[in-house]
Amino acid sequence: MRAAGTILAIAVALALQTTLARFLVRGVIGVDLVLVVVVYVALTTGSVTGLLTGAVAGLMQDVVTRVPSSIIGIGGLAKTIVGFLAGIVGTQFIVAQPLPRFVVFFAATIVHAVVFMGLYVLLDVRHFGTPVAAVSGQALGNAVVGVVAFQVAELLPGAMERRRAQRTRLRR
Amino acid sequence: MALQDIRQRSGYLFLAVVVAQIILISAQVNSRSGVPVLESVIFGVFAEVQRAASRAVSSVRHVWGSYIGLRRAQAENEDLRRQLAAAQIQIQEQQALADRSRNLAELLQLRDRSTLQTAAAEIIGDAAAPDFRTMTIDKGTRDGLRPDMAVIAPAGVVGRVVVPSLRAAKVQLLIDRNAAAGALIARSRAQGVVVGEGDDRLRMEYVSEVAEVSKGDLVVTSGIDGIFPKGFVIGVVESVEKAGGMYKRIVVKPAVDFRSLEEVLVVLTPMPGREVEGAE
Repeated sequence: MRAAGTILAIAVALALQTTLARFLVRGVIGVDLVLVVVVYVALTTGSVTGLLTGAVAGLMQDVVTRVPSSIIGIGGLAKTIVGFLAGIVGTQFIVAQPLPRFVVFFAATIVHAVVFMGLYVLLDVRHFGTPVAAVSGQALGNAVVGVVAFQVAELLPGAMERRRAQRTRLRR
Repeated sequence: MALQDIRQRSGYLFLAVVVAQIILISAQVNSRSGVPVLESVIFGVFAEVQRAASRAVSSVRHVWGSYIGLRRAQAENEDLRRQLAAAQIQIQEQQALADRSRNLAELLQLRDRSTLQTAAAEIIGDAAAPDFRTMTIDKGTRDGLRPDMAVIAPAGVVGRVVVPSLRAAKVQLLIDRNAAAGALIARSRAQGVVVGEGDDRLRMEYVSEVAEVSKGDLVVTSGIDGIFPKGFVIGVVESVEKAGGMYKRIVVKPAVDFRSLEEVLVVLTPMPGREVEGAE
């Protein structure tokens, strides 16, 4: 059930990423919704689910974003590492507040960028110039989206409960 | 339960997933030589395996080849030894043939030199008893041989025909105890009779005490016996002694080496005294 929900989340993230990309990227500020989902799942479920989610999500993303100069597996490897490390962090540390979550999302994005871009550069397939600003902006965007996603996810059940209770009172 | 095991071994799972993706990446990336990295790495690793296997196989083949080579060399060595032995035998046969040809040539020269009619014969046997110094030749009465015909060799006198058969003849050698031939000293013309001693020496008898004979003098046939033509070499004087009587004691070394004799000539021309006997 959880696996199906994870796959659904990845699919939705991919769909949103591919349809809302132009809105998600503004200047140096970019958001990788798939990476956000991976980190989110890893923090909430652990390293194993995190690495598996990262592997699946990354490979799907690699396939979807396939271009002649891209390599299927680099994104998957990067997200696998990120999911595994995020899962470890989520199990070893208390990541229940927005700031730690922000830091985790931010750091996860940095790690992902290092692995992703590093492999591409190492393999001499693509060059990214000086990606510090872009990576920092993406890390910031992911961190914001991730923290928001956590807040939404945590508030959503209570809000629904409150709305349901309010409707019940109005009927009486 | 299985999921729990997987969770407990997240490190292995992580490693497996990472390796799988590295392999996936490597399969798509070309190396500097244009070959995919995965293929290049696999090929490189496999090449090392091949190199090791090749070395192992090469070593085994080398050892095996050396063993086989050794065995072949041994067999070849034995074969070459057999060939060498056969060649040595062949060489000996060729040498024998050459010697025989040389002897025959000498015989022919001898026959050409003399005006006597001769027949070449090959020695096919020796005496059946050591007390008799005879030999058997391959010519007989069918070839015109008769008893008491002289038998000569390039080196000198051999003997006389004593028992001719249709296709063979027995020859009494001059060294036989019962053989004799009229002889003379070539230098002094002193006459005498050469008789066999039964060994490898001859004795010249009836040479006058006053005759001039010295060691090394050539002894030839005198022709008075009616068997041996005159002038054929018998041998050389080996020693001369005074016997205390009327005659010298002279030992003659035969010119013919009877032990190595292979071919001879039989003098078919009858001696003057024998022509009457033959006519009779």
